Amino acid sequence: MRKLFAFCLISLIIPAFFISACAVKPKSSKPTITIWHWMTDRQPAFEALAKKYEEQTGIKVNFELYAPSDAYSQKVRAAAQGKTLPDIYGLLGEKRDFASFIKSDHVADLTPFLEENNGKWRKEFFAKALAVNEFKEDNTYGVKAGFYGVPIDVMTIEMLYNKKLFKKAGLDPNNPPATWGEFLHAIQRLREVGIQGLVSGWGEIWMIDCLASNYAFNIMGEKKVLATIKGEVPYTDPDWIKVFDLFLQMRDKKVLVTGVITMVNKTAEQLFSNEKCAFAFNGSWCVNVYKGMNPVLDYGAMLPPQVSDKNPMMVWGGAASSFLVNNRSASKEQAVAFLKWLTSPEQQIYLAEATNNLPANQNALKGIPVVLAQFAEAMEYTTHPNIWGVSEFPAVIEKLDKGLQAIIIGENTPEQLAQDVQKIKAREMAKAKK
Amino acid sequence: MKSAIYYQTKKVTLNLLIHLFLVSVAATCLYPLLWMVASSFKTQETIFSDISLIPRQFHFENYYLAVSQSDFGRYFLNSVFYTASVAFGIVVISSMAAYAFSRLRFPGRNIIFAVFMAAMMIPIPGSFVALFVLLNKLHLRNTPLGYILCMISVGLSMSIFLLKTFFDTMPRELEDAARIDGCSKLGIWRHVALPFAKPALAVVVVFNALNVWNEYVLALVIFDNKNLMPLQRALMLFRGEFLTNYPLLMAGLTITALPIIIMYLLMQKYIVKGVASRAVFG
Amino acid sequence: MRIKSTLENYVFVLPAVSIFTIFYIIPFIWVLQLSMFSWDGILPTKIFVGLENFKEIILQDPSWWESMWNAGYITLIALTLQNTVAFLLAWACDREIKMKNFYRVIFFIPPVLSEIVVGMAWRFIINDVDGANIINRMLVSIGLPQLAHNWLSDPKTALTTVALVHSWKGFGWGFLIFLAGLQTIPRELYEAARVDGAGSWRIFKNITLPLMIPVFVLVAILTVLGTMQAFVLILGLVGGEFAGHTSVPVLRILAVMRDSSRFGYACAQGISFGVILVAISFIQYRLSKRYRQA
Repeated sequence: MRKLFAFCLISLIIPAFFISACAVKPKSSKPTITIWHWMTDRQPAFEALAKKYEEQTGIKVNFELYAPSDAYSQKVRAAAQGKTLPDIYGLLGEKRDFASFIKSDHVADLTPFLEENNGKWRKEFFAKALAVNEFKEDNTYGVKAGFYGVPIDVMTIEMLYNKKLFKKAGLDPNNPPATWGEFLHAIQRLREVGIQGLVSGWGEIWMIDCLASNYAFNIMGEKKVLATIKGEVPYTDPDWIKVFDLFLQMRDKKVLVTGVITMVNKTAEQLFSNEKCAFAFNGSWCVNVYKGMNPVLDYGAMLPPQVSDKNPMMVWGGAASSFLVNNRSASKEQAVAFLKWLTSPEQQIYLAEATNNLPANQNALKGIPVVLAQFAEAMEYTTHPNIWGVSEFPAVIEKLDKGLQAIIIGENTPEQLAQDVQKIKAREMAKAKK
Repeated sequence: MKSAIYYQTKKVTLNLLIHLFLVSVAATCLYPLLWMVASSFKTQETIFSDISLIPRQFHFENYYLAVSQSDFGRYFLNSVFYTASVAFGIVVISSMAAYAFSRLRFPGRNIIFAVFMAAMMIPIPGSFVALFVLLNKLHLRNTPLGYILCMISVGLSMSIFLLKTFFDTMPRELEDAARIDGCSKLGIWRHVALPFAKPALAVVVVFNALNVWNEYVLALVIFDNKNLMPLQRALMLFRGEFLTNYPLLMAGLTITALPIIIMYLLMQKYIVKGVASRAVFG
Repeated sequence: MRIKSTLENYVFVLPAVSIFTIFYIIPFIWVLQLSMFSWDGILPTKIFVGLENFKEIILQDPSWWESMWNAGYITLIALTLQNTVAFLLAWACDREIKMKNFYRVIFFIPPVLSEIVVGMAWRFIINDVDGANIINRMLVSIGLPQLAHNWLSDPKTALTTVALVHSWKGFGWGFLIFLAGLQTIPRELYEAARVDGAGSWRIFKNITLPLMIPVFVLVAILTVLGTMQAFVLILGLVGGEFAGHTSVPVLRILAVMRDSSRFGYACAQGISFGVILVAISFIQYRLSKRYRQA
């Protein structure tokens, strides 16, 4: 027992000295901007940029990293409650939450800054990237119209294919399947030589939602999809059943890798890097990931193969990460000035090269790796739930995504799913009316 | 009458079966640990493709990288400090309370105990936010003391429950003897109850130490100051948003597991010692 | 004199009660209050809905009850398989056998490992496509290829596999507590019984078991509480709720808080969960009391 006491005392005293010593450090008198984010792989690049900015302007910028993203969200929400948010921060979550933050006075309205000088700053961004941070007139969230954040990079979510495995199955590595029929045919050829098909992190239900949404846009067009969300078209519409049926086909034709719905995105990325399968459904951030796991991976990007040619295939894309300014910050002007600097072409090119992510600034597209450029080409076809102006009820989204997972493991049918989803939708709409 | 040979064979077979059982369970316990250690010597590319337990090449530098890339030393010390403080605090506080619940009389004793028990069973989702706001109001938010108090609170119910169960089995003669010798209540607690419950105390220490050592989210939410963060934060730095540096992560995890194993090695002696000292009391 | 004594007694529980009140009771009251509101966790305004959340949980939330059922299943396996193995191991180590200390350390390694590692390691061991498929290979090599299976990827077997891995991680605690309990049984009792000519089984039945009953109860209650609240391991093994097959209450609550931003509803779920756990523990305690008196 005595030994235990001694051990405890010693391990208390020594660190106590260290910690109390640090607490006595005098506060820096230089102006400081604090930024919170969750992007672990970009911290070194951010710190390098912060140093550069300090040399140029004398203002110290502190990039504080809190990972993983789940824990980061908790921290931001707790700080919001305690009103201790930093000068600049990123926000993870849906448009609804974004709106709530704005209404709770945590986010500064950046419209005046963006529209200065005839919209100079605004025009530098990809319109779709900025749109994620925009609330339009008469939006359904009750937020005053304007821009409330700026993107620092963009991403698109597409399909990827392994060129080496293609060659092995006798497929042309420069001509990936463009239609659903070609896709199924390619899958069959791959299976004949023992290669598995498509992998994606479908343990995370938003990724299933993404692909389903892409095909919904392709099959019925943007207008009808938005009309469904607004409640004007039911989910039992034959077009929706066609969308759900695609997942049944994927199951029956063995398109998917075994256990795909037990995989988080990281696991899926690892599989594709290790060349265990020929296709992946992932976002442009994967370029950095694959480079780290398998630098010699020979792959290309492609749009998901079209089912219909009446409407264009649309993929999710737009702002990947954005920064917001705290409306209660004491250094609002300096914060905005820093963001302007961070999103200028020179810094964007640096970020793109250092972290292999697509820049948000349209003038920074030179000097990005080839595969990344392929992702950039898809920017024309991008859409994103955060720019539709309407949000589906979370309960409906959950039912739909879980139902698709069930179809994949053979526990549901497209028709049944359509009915289930519509039932929840009707219930939620009734609740909202009250 | 069964012959001596029968008993002999029975004993040998029984021992053999027991050993077989122990060894097979031990093997399943060791395998993941060995996998973790083996992976820490591999590279990002080979970690999943090379499945053997003995890496083809030993990349010892992973450990160096893991420690240098992440300000490991400071986080390590922080974790040791928090763990030791919480363990010490809980041992004192919960043993006093458990002793009182078991042996002392005061109005409301059963109700208060029941509340502690109920607390064990009711998890609070979103407690991070509540604790954050609370600590903010108390001006304890970004401080070690705030975190330590929270973690003590988290482990109180379990520890009190464990200790009370053990105190309940304490023979009254021990206390009576001490009281006759003129011991105060505090003295009885310190000289009779605590030594008696050494095995249980060891369990309490191990349990709470493990909790604090592996805790992450509360620390992240409460601390703004990087210098106060515990060890788990260093590990999280390897699990990037999109890219997980597996070998370094494994190296970090191995380093993290070591102190706890060592602490357990120290504590488990007390479970054995408890028997020896009991033999004296008879 | 009496009052002084009572006050002294209060001093013993004072630190525990004060810390507990500040850091548990107050947040608990906050959560209890919130469970009757509809709130997204961000806005300064909350909408009072009374018992609506609870009504929805009981009547309109099948996924919640599915998660409770799954947690119950995992707990059942823990109570039976995990604790039996733990007890047998503790009993084996209590005897005078070689390498006792070695085993004592080894068996506690699973609880020490972080759940991230355990999830990753076992996933690697079991899975085929993203793992080394070791279990199936072993089954084939000992001549049982028909047992080889996609244990974690097949929705029918996923929950059981998760429960087994969970038991693997948890038995170390039971082992520790059982061992501590066995060690407090005075050796003289065994000696006396042996001198009286009792065989091993008689000793076990009449001395060991009765004295261990409080410890059994303790471990049972702790097992239920700990296992019902488990979730991190499930994230590592199957990535989440696996279309509901491996959903557990805490995962459900987190999903509601994060994906649907329904903080108030999540609080209500937490409270319901707590009530159920209290009820189960109460029943366990009562049953054990009755058994003890018998």
